[in-house]
Amino acid sequence: MFEASHLHKRFGRHVVLEDVSMRFEPGRLSGIMGPNGAGKTTCFNLLTGRYAPDRGSVRFEGRDITGLPPRSIARLGISRSFQIMNLFDEYSALDNVVVASPEMRRKGFSMLSSFTGADAAAEVLAKVGLSGKEGVRAKDLSYGDRRALEIGVALAARPRLLFLDEPTAGLGTEATARIGALIAELKRSVTIVMIEHDMKFLFGLADHIYVMHWGQVIAQGAPDALRANPWVQRSNLGALE
Amino acid sequence: MMLLRIKETFPPAMLLTFALFASLPLWIKGVGLYPYLGVEVMIWVIYALGFNLLLGTSGLPSFGHGAYFGVGAYAFGLSQLYWGLGLWGSLASAIGAALVAGALVAAFISHRRGIYYALLTIAFGQVFWFVSIKWHSVTRGEDGLLNIRRPAADFGVFSLDIQKLDNLYYFCFGAFVLVIVLLWRLVRSPFGRVLAAIRQNETRARFVGYNVWLFKWLAFVISALIAGLAGGLFALAQQSAYPNVMSLHQSGFVVMMALIGGGMVSFWGPVVGAVLFFIARDLLGAYTEAWLLWYGLLFMVIVLFKPEGIAGWFQNVRSKSPA
Repeated sequence: MFEASHLHKRFGRHVVLEDVSMRFEPGRLSGIMGPNGAGKTTCFNLLTGRYAPDRGSVRFEGRDITGLPPRSIARLGISRSFQIMNLFDEYSALDNVVVASPEMRRKGFSMLSSFTGADAAAEVLAKVGLSGKEGVRAKDLSYGDRRALEIGVALAARPRLLFLDEPTAGLGTEATARIGALIAELKRSVTIVMIEHDMKFLFGLADHIYVMHWGQVIAQGAPDALRANPWVQRSNLGALE
Repeated sequence: MMLLRIKETFPPAMLLTFALFASLPLWIKGVGLYPYLGVEVMIWVIYALGFNLLLGTSGLPSFGHGAYFGVGAYAFGLSQLYWGLGLWGSLASAIGAALVAGALVAAFISHRRGIYYALLTIAFGQVFWFVSIKWHSVTRGEDGLLNIRRPAADFGVFSLDIQKLDNLYYFCFGAFVLVIVLLWRLVRSPFGRVLAAIRQNETRARFVGYNVWLFKWLAFVISALIAGLAGGLFALAQQSAYPNVMSLHQSGFVVMMALIGGGMVSFWGPVVGAVLFFIARDLLGAYTEAWLLWYGLLFMVIVLFKPEGIAGWFQNVRSKSPA
């Protein structure tokens, strides 16, 4: 479904990614883990078009999407959420989702018509547990609700592939469990790729995990196989840093 | 349902504005002012509302917007003086010239944002201003174009002699109504909502699939063509076009109108700002030549203590008052 081959990226003299290859199969939840500075978010940024790789290629459903801008990648059915929340803060939760919907995108250049899209957007909000908060401005939502809305905005496009960048960052136990339940539910209908620091959380959800360190993939496999991997254990403890 | 739709299309603030300006020739002398002031205010409201599509709706600070107002004014005059066009042709030239100028400039600046965007708009604005002064053979330098005519407004079934001030007033009022209705509609359309989304978070807008550059380009072009229309009406009303309308401080006036009125939080902010500007000019100006100093101080106070402007203050008062 999605394949990244031999990706390289450097910023100035600093090599951030080196020969990274990944493959995400449909219907599975793939995880990317690693210590801070391992290159996980840069990898996400390359996969979703924020940066173009210096070398290597990215293919989605057989099509070469290397270097395509984010808007073109989004239109292919690939959505992403962000580690640092990226919402339309002045808009209500409902409008955040409406603006991200494909219908709105199609009508985007329509200057004199009107479009609500409220029903479909309310369904997305219900899916992420924000029913009853449709009219609340994004900036007035609680941190946990904003995290849920972040996923809701990514879901609004009805993606076939969803990238989630640390969806539980900064959340407490209860909110993490809520997001975990949501992702477990989403996993049934969408292919997901997720960066996550919380090993327990990731290992409980993922079918396949890539472990990154120093801008490289140092291990990969099913969670059970990786649990016993000494490199993974040491990496996660920061012993390799 | 029908009633709700009508209310959405023609909200009370819009109807109040129209009623106020439609009746202005009847009462303005009674408050010690003069009808031509209404013409000036309406022209600047058109200009400020178009400008606010950029600043308030899209979050794009254009600080050299006088250029497109000036291009419209010059195009109106030149199309009469050199090509002998009538009113509609001259107005179309004003809009068309500002559209082309806006499209060219927007192509260079739409990949930028924030301070870089603002600086580029100033730089391009200065280029237009400089050309208007130096291209003497066409623009007639610092004197500008004088003796621009007010040709009759031919509507097919009847013709309006806009040499008469009352007729000129209602001709401008027609343009004023048209621009307000269309812009009100536009900012509520999917296009306007995407512009507002881009203002709030350009990165996210890009990642949900929008061609941000194209939206920013279009917003600038629309804003410039409205400025061009306002410039054309200005040349029609003043019967002249001169470089000063393109100068940096004239560009600053429209920014002040939009911000003082509350264009960042309300569609009606620029209307309030433009009205206040002209009241300050005429009433404060009657007492002191330094009226602009006081107006500038008001601008500073608002930016420091109430950046949402008068409309923002009004919204706060209304939300606090018991229902």
